[in-house]
Amino acid sequence: MSNNILNWKNNRDMFPEADEDGKPIVDLESQKYVKVWQGPNHPGVTGNMSLELTISGDEVMEAKTHVGYLHRGFEKLFERRRYIQCFPTCIRMCVPEPDINEYNLARGTEVLGGIEVPEMANWIRMLVLEMARLQVLLRMVPGQAGTMGLGLAGTWGLYYRELILDRFEELTGGRIYHMFILPGGVRGLLPDGFKDRLEENLVKVEAFMKDVDRLIYTNAVFKKRTKGIGVIPADWVDEYGIMGPVARAAGFERDVRKDYPYLYYDQLDFGYNIAHNSDVFDRFIVRRHDVDTTVDLIRQILNKMPKKGDIKAETPNVLHWKIPKGETIIRCESSRGEYLFYMVADGSIYPRRINLRGPSYTHAVAVLEKLLINANISDVSAIMVSLATCPPEIER
Amino acid sequence: MNELINHLKERFPIYDVVESTTGPTFVSLDAAKLIPMITSLKTNHGFKILVILSTVDWIEDGKFQLTYIINNPDEKTDLGIRIFIDRENASMESIHKLWVFAATFQREIKEMYGIDFPGSPGVDDQFLLEGWDEMPPMRRDFDTKKYSEDTFFPRPGRETNDPAEYMKQKLYPDE
Repeated sequence: MSNNILNWKNNRDMFPEADEDGKPIVDLESQKYVKVWQGPNHPGVTGNMSLELTISGDEVMEAKTHVGYLHRGFEKLFERRRYIQCFPTCIRMCVPEPDINEYNLARGTEVLGGIEVPEMANWIRMLVLEMARLQVLLRMVPGQAGTMGLGLAGTWGLYYRELILDRFEELTGGRIYHMFILPGGVRGLLPDGFKDRLEENLVKVEAFMKDVDRLIYTNAVFKKRTKGIGVIPADWVDEYGIMGPVARAAGFERDVRKDYPYLYYDQLDFGYNIAHNSDVFDRFIVRRHDVDTTVDLIRQILNKMPKKGDIKAETPNVLHWKIPKGETIIRCESSRGEYLFYMVADGSIYPRRINLRGPSYTHAVAVLEKLLINANISDVSAIMVSLATCPPEIER
Repeated sequence: MNELINHLKERFPIYDVVESTTGPTFVSLDAAKLIPMITSLKTNHGFKILVILSTVDWIEDGKFQLTYIINNPDEKTDLGIRIFIDRENASMESIHKLWVFAATFQREIKEMYGIDFPGSPGVDDQFLLEGWDEMPPMRRDFDTKKYSEDTFFPRPGRETNDPAEYMKQKLYPDE
């Protein structure tokens, strides 16, 4: 009996035939397959989206992503609002990391409107973006183990995220949504003693990450559940527009901060965090290294930024600002990869079109649907979270 | 980029070239020439990544603008290609054979603007909207106010004391 178990192999006869595009031909009437819906509740640290899985035994034969559970028509709303009125809406397009939306929209408005931002404001913007990245990673890096039953780390990480949110509250007045970056600059200077308090938090975060290493990354069960799972071949990266940590885990040097330097990232010293196996574990480890990079970047920014300076350029009255006709793209590096706005102005006080293209647009739809084929059903949420799917980016 | 634009000008009827120091170069092109040009850019000029496929509704001109932004990751350059198609019975050739995931963009555009991409996988499947039988909602002639009034019960008390209107009359009487 035990010998039989050791020699057990998947019975490939059970699996469906594939058509020319590699899509399985599933006959539900044959009773060999079962449809299972995963979601639209949160399986881990992602948002509300649903996966329609066709399984045979415990293997996934076909996966379809269903989005639309959060759709609030943001891009339609933008067309009916003045540029400044778009800010409270746009930040809600990515709940965990709203500052990238603020930055992209503010920068796009400045590029189209021909505004130069003062140096001090750009340094503060960079600090805000890195702090936002750190708080997302503090939620995501320990939280991703929750998809494999190790929920402790995720809850633990939330405390350290709250420390960064305390600093955000001190700097901007808001914990989650900050509305701090506006066209022309930022809303305020750093409060007195902010740097020291942030440094205290960074020391605590570093100590916590050592615990996370011991709890997760050296954990035999975690390694077994993640190594060799959900491998993305290198040739998919350009084909599917894969970006950010997912591309870096496949050995590609892709980071908007280095490739298309914005703000003053070219004055900072940091490298690409690369891995080569392109599996779930590597994507997790790349994000783990991103925490170290972000902590280091925050320190570099705090040391290099000027003490004083203008924080806001002169702009026309923002409620009556007619932006000249034109179009542009603005990109920045989010914690999940390249985050891009395509903006079109038609010479009026309203934007003609603002279109977001976030990493999840491909990661959560085309890539995930293909990656889940022949995956074990227990690995589905691990693969999904390793791609850092964020449905609001798709639905906007 | 100049070299590339000159090369493209020789081979394809591009017009309305807008170069910028702060963003990508945008060119306009006839819809029929898109597939040959974008294939050439992908295979011969290293534009391997489709960054975004977006739509702008120029209702006053009766046109839809489709913007294909492609990226060359080695030279770190972007190129935006604008295509103008008629709003009536709008249809465009699909590029899913060049980039598989372009089908997602096309499926969304079909749902939101009603532009058809014949042959694109799953283009008729619902993407965000379930059971939607109205005009595609991102078209500029879709009346959001009328739709919400028809669909949802109007809440009383909204017609009077609108502070935005009051302040506008007070502060900017000429507008």
